[in-house]
Amino acid sequence: MTEILLSATNLSVRFGGVLAVNNVSFDVRQGEVFTLIGPNGAGKTTVFNLISRIYNPTSGSISYLGQSLTAQPPHAIAALGIARTFQNIELFEHASVLQNLLIGRHTHRQTGLWQDLFFTAKARSAELQARHKAEEVIDFLGLQHHRDTFVAGLPYGVRKVVELARALCTSPKLLLLDEPSSGLNVEETDDMAYWIADIKNELGITVLMVEHDMTLVSKVSDRVLAMNQGQVLALGTPREVQTHPAVVEAYLGSVDDVSSLRRQAA
Amino acid sequence: MRFIFKTDYAQDIKLAKHGGHVFWYGGLVLLLLAAPWITTEYWLAQLTFILIYAVAGLGLMLLAGFTGLFSLGHAAFLGVGAYTQAVLTNAGLPFPLALLCAAGLSAAVGFVVGLPALRVKGIYLGMATLSFGFIVEEVLARWESVTGGNAGIHIKKPDLFGWTLGSGEEFYFLCLVVAVLSTLGILNLLRSPTGRAFVAIRDSEISAQSMGIHLARYKTLSFALSAALAGVAGALYGHKMQFISPDQFNILQSIDLLLMIVIGGVGSVHGAFLGAIFLITLPELITIVKDYLPDTVGQAPGLKAVVYGVVLVSFVLFEPMGLYGRWLKIRTYLQMFPFYRKGMFKRQKSFQKSDRLK
Repeated sequence: MTEILLSATNLSVRFGGVLAVNNVSFDVRQGEVFTLIGPNGAGKTTVFNLISRIYNPTSGSISYLGQSLTAQPPHAIAALGIARTFQNIELFEHASVLQNLLIGRHTHRQTGLWQDLFFTAKARSAELQARHKAEEVIDFLGLQHHRDTFVAGLPYGVRKVVELARALCTSPKLLLLDEPSSGLNVEETDDMAYWIADIKNELGITVLMVEHDMTLVSKVSDRVLAMNQGQVLALGTPREVQTHPAVVEAYLGSVDDVSSLRRQAA
Repeated sequence: MRFIFKTDYAQDIKLAKHGGHVFWYGGLVLLLLAAPWITTEYWLAQLTFILIYAVAGLGLMLLAGFTGLFSLGHAAFLGVGAYTQAVLTNAGLPFPLALLCAAGLSAAVGFVVGLPALRVKGIYLGMATLSFGFIVEEVLARWESVTGGNAGIHIKKPDLFGWTLGSGEEFYFLCLVVAVLSTLGILNLLRSPTGRAFVAIRDSEISAQSMGIHLARYKTLSFALSAALAGVAGALYGHKMQFISPDQFNILQSIDLLLMIVIGGVGSVHGAFLGAIFLITLPELITIVKDYLPDTVGQAPGLKAVVYGVVLVSFVLFEPMGLYGRWLKIRTYLQMFPFYRKGMFKRQKSFQKSDRLK
């Protein structure tokens, strides 16, 4: 039995009259790639925002390594080893790629304000250590060419990778990827699939992602959770979920819907 | 064109990235050290003011340029610093201790003013800091037992443990030392986690938070540091003027400070200095040019205000990156000659949410 890293129990969120997430429960196991799928507005990103504490759940709880996440303030999440990327890239645009990655090392800072102000020997060595870690990530994702480029000048595809790199720089145990392949072309999506597999196999980081591209999902996911309108439809291997009748209905409509559209036989 | 061959990560941490930096900044320091002997007393006084304003500008740059929080009441911190210095110096405290107290008290006030910044942004923060500026001005005018009210207050000469800095030259060197130390402090912050956290907050709060940056802590820290620098500048300003009154720290002074960093170039340390040079020398230039203009223009009241307005509008329209941005373009043009292209610095229009600096 593999260890359970994160478990959500009966999560619900209500925004005014909209029940965005409705009684959702799932477990993410140590070392797996767990994917949330579902049509637009299914509540996938909301689940992400619950885990990174941007929203408060209306009811239900999230526990991570045995402790309750809902008791933590939003900025404490990264220090617990949970890193995330955003659907609409949220990088620090007026800074270089390297600086972005170094910001990712923030939770591992060893110096305080005064040491920084005088740039003491400790600040210097901490800075070099952070740089070594950032360079490891740069090597891992092949970002060498873009190291000193400003993010504002980078194409979309590269920004996506930089955001992944910044999340990896925090040395997470759990990585939340919000639509890692959105806006990427076929080759870039293939690269992303390899990286996600490498993140799992080589770095041993558990991945929880939201994704629409079913090719990518079936390539890398160990388990898939399908949602629609805030509710869980199905949970299982990619194969099982894709053929699950409720999932097919959510994406394509039911047989009844389709047959009612057919012209009546003369 | 210069190519830097990097063989060591420590190279990226160095303040002087290559020989050119060492040469030019070394030359600048020598020039500043020699200034009392190569300029007139009048221009030395102007240079002293430039250094004082640059220190205040560094403070505001840290807040507005690097943390993305605007303050329309920064003159108030200048005032708090100046009055603290005045009261303590007159009570007989030596200069360094009084300066520390001035910085400390300003920082404490900055911390309190920073608290609303945790809730409000943009124009609302501008309004909050603006009204704070009015409150401080009013306090300085009404608290007559300490501040002397609208009649103002005289400040004794700075006293460095028995050595009284009486002459303009001595005070110039004092300002130079303070300005150099403040600049080094800011540069150190910017190459370390604290400064990067500020920049992260400026560019995207939500992702700064998800990287583990405590927004409230760093925003108030930025306010406190910025206010401390303004307080130090205020203390020096008080000594230089020898007489301070509440109307020296009013809204116009706050606007001057903001104007200074916008014209200098928001988001660059150079910008604080270039802005200070601009702010101090422009009135001098206007005075010089005035004599050559026809009387109807040259002697017209409000000429200075019009020139300021025109310059500011022109900068916002044609050079949003300020004097430092202009200098970068000229330098790149010279380095790449004849391959400079017109669009090289053109901002890419990006329709990302994080594009919030503008």
